[in-house]
Amino acid sequence: MTTKQQLREGLITNNPVLVQQIGMCATMAITTSLFNGIGMGLSVLIILTCCNVVISAIRKIIPNEIRLAIFVVVIAGFVTIVDLLLQAFVPALSESLGVFIPLIVVNCIIIGRAEAFCQHEPVGLSFKDGIFQGLGYTCVLIIMCLFREFFGKGAFGGGLINTVNGVIGTGNGVQIFPAKYGALILTLPVGGFMCLGALIAVMQYALRRSAEKKEAQEKAEREAADAAEVKEAAE
Amino acid sequence: MLTNILSISLGAILINNFIFSQFLGCCPFLGCSNKMDTAVGMGIAVIFVMGLASAICWVVNEYILMKLGLGFMQTLTYILVIAVLVQFVEMFLKKSVPSLYSALGIYLPLITTNCAVLGVVLLNTQNNYNFLESTVYGITGGMGFMLAICLFASVREKLEFADYPKCFEGFPICLVSAGLLSLAFMGFSGMKIF
Repeated sequence: MTTKQQLREGLITNNPVLVQQIGMCATMAITTSLFNGIGMGLSVLIILTCCNVVISAIRKIIPNEIRLAIFVVVIAGFVTIVDLLLQAFVPALSESLGVFIPLIVVNCIIIGRAEAFCQHEPVGLSFKDGIFQGLGYTCVLIIMCLFREFFGKGAFGGGLINTVNGVIGTGNGVQIFPAKYGALILTLPVGGFMCLGALIAVMQYALRRSAEKKEAQEKAEREAADAAEVKEAAE
Repeated sequence: MLTNILSISLGAILINNFIFSQFLGCCPFLGCSNKMDTAVGMGIAVIFVMGLASAICWVVNEYILMKLGLGFMQTLTYILVIAVLVQFVEMFLKKSVPSLYSALGIYLPLITTNCAVLGVVLLNTQNNYNFLESTVYGITGGMGFMLAICLFASVREKLEFADYPKCFEGFPICLVSAGLLSLAFMGFSGMKIF
């Protein structure tokens, strides 16, 4: 598998949230400001990559019966490290994500990748898989954050741009149109459900379209080849 | 004391429902709500695991982790306690209620990775609940989960006959209808007990 193929899988054709449909709790819960989204995405990316490398490195000595327990312990270790680092260096993020940072332990993306990919593949591939799957997750979070923030509050880049006194994680970002004209529903929990539902629907539509297109193209090619054969035979 | 317990339970079941306002436990919520029977079974299993996990984790945290100054090991310890508990429930169900065991299938071991279970334990610690409050929060949180999953299962049974765009097939239409349910639950957010 080439790097390019893996990148494409992580971002589009096998995106963890939109196609595999796992790890949705955090996706819906924390996508209220761009700061949250990017912070959560990067934390998951780092944890996923580290876990992938470690699990792939010890894959040959893990007994099959207790592999899940071992995966969970490895993941919990890295999550604790990241949690403590965030508390020390980015307290604003740790405060606004709250219980969702320790809950990365039970995020299905990480345990899913360990189960489906890392326990069969070498370290290098697993490392790249972690980065690309993490990127795919981060992209989805960023799209949802931008959408919910813009249409819900009329703002852009909450917590990152235009912060109060330059402290990261504060403020509502740049106000593009007055907040009172925004659809308040998008900032509420309802908005999380609806937004993710719509996003997955768009993805299913796009994937189906591209599959149909490919099929049509293949069919046309096959017909052309058949026609050429018939012509040759006739001659 | 009694009002405190009452407000915790009301909060966990209606006002801050685990699924509809805190987004904890969405995977089994969406995966196990095809049929009413499965939903009820899942709900009961989750109530049981959440209540027990809250009680045991409180004891472990108070008398082992805090005494030894190992507060940073919380996440790791909790997930191990939960994994053992789920294994225990699985063995129990396999022996005594085999029909439910096969109906729950893959989702039974997956209760381990249900964010609602780990979430309730972490929230207990975060809110500094005592033993009784923790246990009540765990059990009522599970009841909130069961209420949500049962409501949603009955919605989904009707959804089978609905006419929706093809690209919304599967998860998207479930998410949208779950969103509408959560909108209904927002009506409880004004309630207060003092």
